[in-house]
Amino acid sequence: MSRLTPQNEAIALEIISRYPRKKSALIPLLHLAQEQDGYVSDDAMRHLAELVEVTPAEVIGTCSFYEMFKREPVGTYLVNICTNIACQLLGAEELLHHAEHALGIKAGNTTSDGLFTIEDVECIAACTEAPCLTVNYRYFYKVDGGDFDAIVEDLRSGRQPTRKAAETGPDGHIPPHGTLALQRQHIPADRVAGNADPDSAPAPAWLEQP
Amino acid sequence: MSDTTDTPPKTTVSVQINGHAIEAQPGELVIEAAERAGVHIPRFCYHPRMRPVGMCRMCLVDIDAGGRGAMLQPSCMVPVSEGMVVDTESERTRKAQDGVLEFLLINHPLDCPVCDKGGECPLQDNTIAFGPGESRFVEEKRHYEKPIPISDLVFLDRERCILCDRCTRFAKEVAGDPLIHFQGRGARTEVNTFPDEPFSSYFSGNTVQICPVGALTSSSYRFKARPWDLTEVESTCTGCSVGCSVTLQSSRNRLLRSMGVDNDAVNWGWLCDRGRFGVEAVNSEARLSEPSVGGRPARWADALRKAAELIADAVRASGPIGVGVIGGARLTNESAYAWAKLAKSVIGTDNVDAQLGDGLPAQFVLGLPRATIAEACAPKGTIVLLGTDPKETLGVLFLRLRHAVVESGATLVEVGHGAGGMSKLAKHRFWSSPGGSLVDAARQALAVLPAGQPVTVVLGRSSVTEDPAVLAEAAMVFAEAGARFLPALSRGNVMGALDMGLAPGLLPGRVELEAGRSFFTSAWGSVPSGPGVDTAAMLQAAADGKLAVLVLLGANPLDDFPDRALVQRAFDRAAVIAVDTFANPSVATATVVLPAAAHGEVDGTTTNIEGRILPLHQGVTPPGTARPDWIIATELATRLGADLGFESAAQIWDEIEAVASSHAGLDRAVLDATRDGTIAAGLGGGARPAVVGMPTASPASQVPLDEASLRLVVRRKMYDGATGTANSTSLAGLPGDNDVRLHPLDFQGLSIQEGDLVTVVSDWGSISLPAFADPGVVRGTVTVLANVRGATVNHLLSSSNPVTDVRLEVSR
Amino acid sequence: MTAPIVQLVSSRFQYPDSFTLARSEATGGYQGLRKALTMTPTAVHDEVKAATLLGRGGAGFPAGVKWGFTPPGVWPRYLVVNGDESEPGTYKDRLLMERDPHQLIEGCLIACYAAGLSQCFLYIRGEMALAQTRVAVALNDAYAAGYVGRNVLGSNFSVDIVLHWGAGAYIVGEETALIESLEGNRGMPRLKPPFFPAAIGLYGKPTIVNNVETLSNLGGIIVRGSEEYKQYGSETSPGTRMFAVSGHVRRPGVYEVQHGVTTFRELLYDDQFCGGIRDGNQLKAFIPGGGSSPWFFEEQLDLPLEARPVGGAGSMLGSGAIVVMDDTTDAVKACLRVVRFYARESCGKCTPCREGTSWLETILQRIFDGHGRPSDIDMLLDVGDNISPGPYPAASWEAEGLAAVPFPPKQTTICPLGPSAVAPVVSAIRRFRPEFEAKIRRRAIGIPVRVEESTHV
Ligand SMILES: Cc1cc2nc3c(=O)[nH]c(=O)nc-3n(C[C@H](O)[C@H](O)[C@H](O)COP(=O)(O)O)c2cc1C
Ligand code: SF4
Ligand code: FES
Repeated sequence: MSRLTPQNEAIALEIISRYPRKKSALIPLLHLAQEQDGYVSDDAMRHLAELVEVTPAEVIGTCSFYEMFKREPVGTYLVNICTNIACQLLGAEELLHHAEHALGIKAGNTTSDGLFTIEDVECIAACTEAPCLTVNYRYFYKVDGGDFDAIVEDLRSGRQPTRKAAETGPDGHIPPHGTLALQRQHIPADRVAGNADPDSAPAPAWLEQP
Repeated sequence: MSDTTDTPPKTTVSVQINGHAIEAQPGELVIEAAERAGVHIPRFCYHPRMRPVGMCRMCLVDIDAGGRGAMLQPSCMVPVSEGMVVDTESERTRKAQDGVLEFLLINHPLDCPVCDKGGECPLQDNTIAFGPGESRFVEEKRHYEKPIPISDLVFLDRERCILCDRCTRFAKEVAGDPLIHFQGRGARTEVNTFPDEPFSSYFSGNTVQICPVGALTSSSYRFKARPWDLTEVESTCTGCSVGCSVTLQSSRNRLLRSMGVDNDAVNWGWLCDRGRFGVEAVNSEARLSEPSVGGRPARWADALRKAAELIADAVRASGPIGVGVIGGARLTNESAYAWAKLAKSVIGTDNVDAQLGDGLPAQFVLGLPRATIAEACAPKGTIVLLGTDPKETLGVLFLRLRHAVVESGATLVEVGHGAGGMSKLAKHRFWSSPGGSLVDAARQALAVLPAGQPVTVVLGRSSVTEDPAVLAEAAMVFAEAGARFLPALSRGNVMGALDMGLAPGLLPGRVELEAGRSFFTSAWGSVPSGPGVDTAAMLQAAADGKLAVLVLLGANPLDDFPDRALVQRAFDRAAVIAVDTFANPSVATATVVLPAAAHGEVDGTTTNIEGRILPLHQGVTPPGTARPDWIIATELATRLGADLGFESAAQIWDEIEAVASSHAGLDRAVLDATRDGTIAAGLGGGARPAVVGMPTASPASQVPLDEASLRLVVRRKMYDGATGTANSTSLAGLPGDNDVRLHPLDFQGLSIQEGDLVTVVSDWGSISLPAFADPGVVRGTVTVLANVRGATVNHLLSSSNPVTDVRLEVSR
Repeated sequence: MTAPIVQLVSSRFQYPDSFTLARSEATGGYQGLRKALTMTPTAVHDEVKAATLLGRGGAGFPAGVKWGFTPPGVWPRYLVVNGDESEPGTYKDRLLMERDPHQLIEGCLIACYAAGLSQCFLYIRGEMALAQTRVAVALNDAYAAGYVGRNVLGSNFSVDIVLHWGAGAYIVGEETALIESLEGNRGMPRLKPPFFPAAIGLYGKPTIVNNVETLSNLGGIIVRGSEEYKQYGSETSPGTRMFAVSGHVRRPGVYEVQHGVTTFRELLYDDQFCGGIRDGNQLKAFIPGGGSSPWFFEEQLDLPLEARPVGGAGSMLGSGAIVVMDDTTDAVKACLRVVRFYARESCGKCTPCREGTSWLETILQRIFDGHGRPSDIDMLLDVGDNISPGPYPAASWEAEGLAAVPFPPKQTTICPLGPSAVAPVVSAIRRFRPEFEAKIRRRAIGIPVRVEESTHV
């Protein structure tokens, strides 16, 4: 699809400025591209290559290593069902099969209306709440088939699903696939300490006795 | 206890390898130390010229470094330490090697019978030597689309790939072109390019050579031969003047491959693609194989007689100076010597020049204190690029310099006419426009050089529109500060040709005509009565009717000389005798054409930019009746009534050693004894004349630019209209199109779109090219490429002017 | 007697607004920082050393000692916070980031102050959107309040904490892979030795990598002092640890317990914790320290939750992740699922891990699917041996006369991920070989069937 929009490019530049080396910003910038388009397009990768001054091949090398980056469009809602050991012990595979039947697709695929993609994923760090899943990385705990149907029903009809939603989230609403944190870090200019240049940084001032 | 004996402190590290005590170098890796001790540890990812990654795990051996006891460790990552005990044959090591090979073969297609690498494949070899003998893997292997072209020159078969990271490391670490990369993760990892962005690196062929399986193959060699059909000779690449060591491999008298050999002093095993694939030109259908006279095929006897007649007539008409010899950089040292002797002693003319108006004055270059590549690349040293872009002209020198900067902490300073292939690596850049300000740039650069570090200047003439006198003056700025030089004159054996006296005012051995007069008069019988002129002046004399015969020794002035109109006028009046391997536009004008043997078809030596003498060996026979240049010289001498006095290249070398001051002491035994080649730095001695000394340079004239014009800069690219490129099947398609580049601010002033056609108009001609903005171009200048077929810029140039100013006309 | 519950790092979890700066400040937040700034950096460092704060990321190395490994005089030094929590069964760092981000920030600041670290990168696992939001807001608030950035609280201590987030790759939790990832690269581990991150890390400079829970302890340690801190837990493992207990227990949950004192049995069976195995079933096996750890059984229940005895007994405490399997569990299936994780997550760098883990998965899958061959079981062990040679760590099984093989395993790989895939294979085959054989012979075997709780009623 596209390069970063001017607004996103401005965000990208702010992110880049926080690292002593530009390439360090690559993963956050790939997320930004995914937030913009729902996936990471080739054009976006070319743009990021320019921004962090590496080749597009290096960008795709990094991008393709990480599970979360999708190089093809996925559903508006990415439903990640954990089937790792703790969840498996408490019925995750049954939940996954239920989900596949309910949506009529195999894990790894997207419903024809473009709304849902299901993935069979590894441990999502909610093991004590098994079986669990995330929708666009918002957690739902102790989910059974009925809960799953209710979540899908809510999302289909534009409601925020609350059934089995984790107590600490979701914060507000479930944004379309690609958006992670709802707030960004911003370091005010008068508070910034500055990057530590790996090539020449002095000994920290506070180590010298006053 | 008394420890009074005066033992010097120990500088080696004692280790035990398979029960044998050996002394290793501090910091040496176990795999290297073992190799030197004759113990080969199998490996895939380790390559001595790249940073170890320790990822294939093939080189695991039992290492006991004290402390934690013997453990399997990657010998490619672990440096030796005092008292270390290494066991490469332990039960545990065996099992680990078996295991790794079995793992690698799980997904390897085992299509060895149809694989180019079959017979020279480390995976095959290691499997036979160390492998488990059978596979327990019964499932379906990984599948990928069959070989995909990742560039014009290289194919990738991902099924065969064992993910050793050699090609990708080479691309990033060595070439600085990270255009191929690991993609995916785990068992689904693959090497690939970015979609639609090919691996277009000047050095891509090296990945084919270092791939330990048949995953990367070159489009030219695919399915051509099996290793056991090949015969090979060790030789030296003459694609440019770096002098990379190679083996030339042939089958049924056809040259099939040139493979890099690790010469520690020069190329470290690498080649550039122009050199590697340029050897294909030798096999070209377009080779000259029979002599011709007046455009019609002729017998050698008739062609030689005609050539001798032309020369004799010219000498009779206007004395020896009626004959000029242009070229010679294609020749071996022996052939160059033979031609120098023919011209300067038999014919008696000093109008001899191996350079085509695009180089630097020979005396000047030979007189500068020379550095070796290793000295230039010394850790923490300083490298100045003065008027040169090694990436485009001297590929492997670029790799060495890049390594020095990126890996060894050398400081790079660039003084030139705009951005080149190393600008991004330069700590300081001083760009100026042609016309004299380069000297100021050199002074500014000198002021910022780190103090107390050795300085090497790589001196070239990247733009033919800059007066060589300006470069000479700029070079002296550094020379007077104690710098040493690597002359970046790029044609194959140009340095050897100059050493052998193929330059006006010089005799073999870097000796000036007057200094060598008496010595060479007794050695040769006679020498020219006075100094001759360079190519530009010869062409001018020919155009003026004062020079009747031009001998072209592998030279194509029509394309290469920076004043096409002058060449045309010269050829219109003088008779041309062409000694060449290929027909080119200049050869086409010749009255007599004598076909010469090419690289790979002759024995002898060549000399690189360092002055290093390197061997050339014959792998195949020349086509038709083509013969070595030195034989042509002796035969022509015979027809002119003289005997050059040698019957083989080896005899010529003996004579060179005997008469050339710079080559004294370098007899054949000495050459044969040194694998890395031998630097010719002998300073004569005995009765021999002195070699040229440190030059002086007088201030060059400053030519101010008027507001209305732009000053022309002509740059060279790796791939241009050069014979070797044009006649190599692999390379012929690679030269790009010419274009005009301007600084973005100058470009804005034109009010056109990128890529729109503009006409570049000089006082002498015009050409139309698409225009682009480029921040690497100096303001007030425009840059075009030299020697791109179809858009030849020497139409725009006049050799009588030190600079070329142009106007741009936008056709609307 | 079970040691009393003390909450050192989870004390604020009880408040619904635990993640806000207001709540943090109202409950002692940043007091540790304020106190540290009145001390010299060396004194702070000494205090942490004296507290023997063991790393909570898996390896259990004392933080104070690790900080001391940075080569003197080499600047800058960086702090990288490992919030990539992805080890199967592990669930504590996410809680600490979501519910008490200020406690973590305070810990980062104290570490930077004490060890002279000039910039801090807080790497949060990519999938943890809420943690990213909470930490971003907390950082913005902490900057505004003068706790982070230039001249912290008016002192000459200045440091930026940069929020960074990953994108889904377990291996990035390994510290050198974490650094690669932070440099924008593929998260492939670097070979160490010879160089550990403390000497050559981010951008080639000395780098301290610490886990979220490790750092979250620092504020409390400085406020209380090491003496008081050491009153909790055991002498060699002071303080508390967060344990996520999942699987077949009645009350799965994340529990903060005293380190080195509480035993597995207490944690699993005590009513104040997990309350025993569900449905009155029997314990079959449990994973004591995350997916990478060899399995424990009934016999190991009385071991204390402490690294050394657990290591000696053939496993590891790892990342504080206990997964409990009752007797309804299919050992082959569980083993396959854990192996599959490592096969999917191998970075692909080392041949044995890249090819070996997926081969193990392939063999296990065909056994599970009923297509196994009798030779497959030994082949699993042999393939495992090619990834991790020699006797693999395992629990003792006195009934069968099998002694414990102590941790850690040997490896033919760069990092321990490859060998981790061998843990479930060796554990399951050693203890439940008949289940594998039965699958291969396509025979049913007596694994109890899970009884739904509702059917009791
Ligand atoms: C494969 C692998 C995965 C790991 N994953 C994590 C992780 O997710 N979080 C973590 O804190 N440490 C993880 N570690 C341990 C780290 O390498 C490192 O030891 C730890 O972050 C150091 O912090 P600590 O000293 O505070 O424990 C992992 C190690 C390995 C080998
Ligand atoms: S052991 Fe596996 S995960 Fe670890 S570095 Fe090697 S391939 Fe990567
Ligand atoms: S050669 Fe040492 S690991 Fe590959």
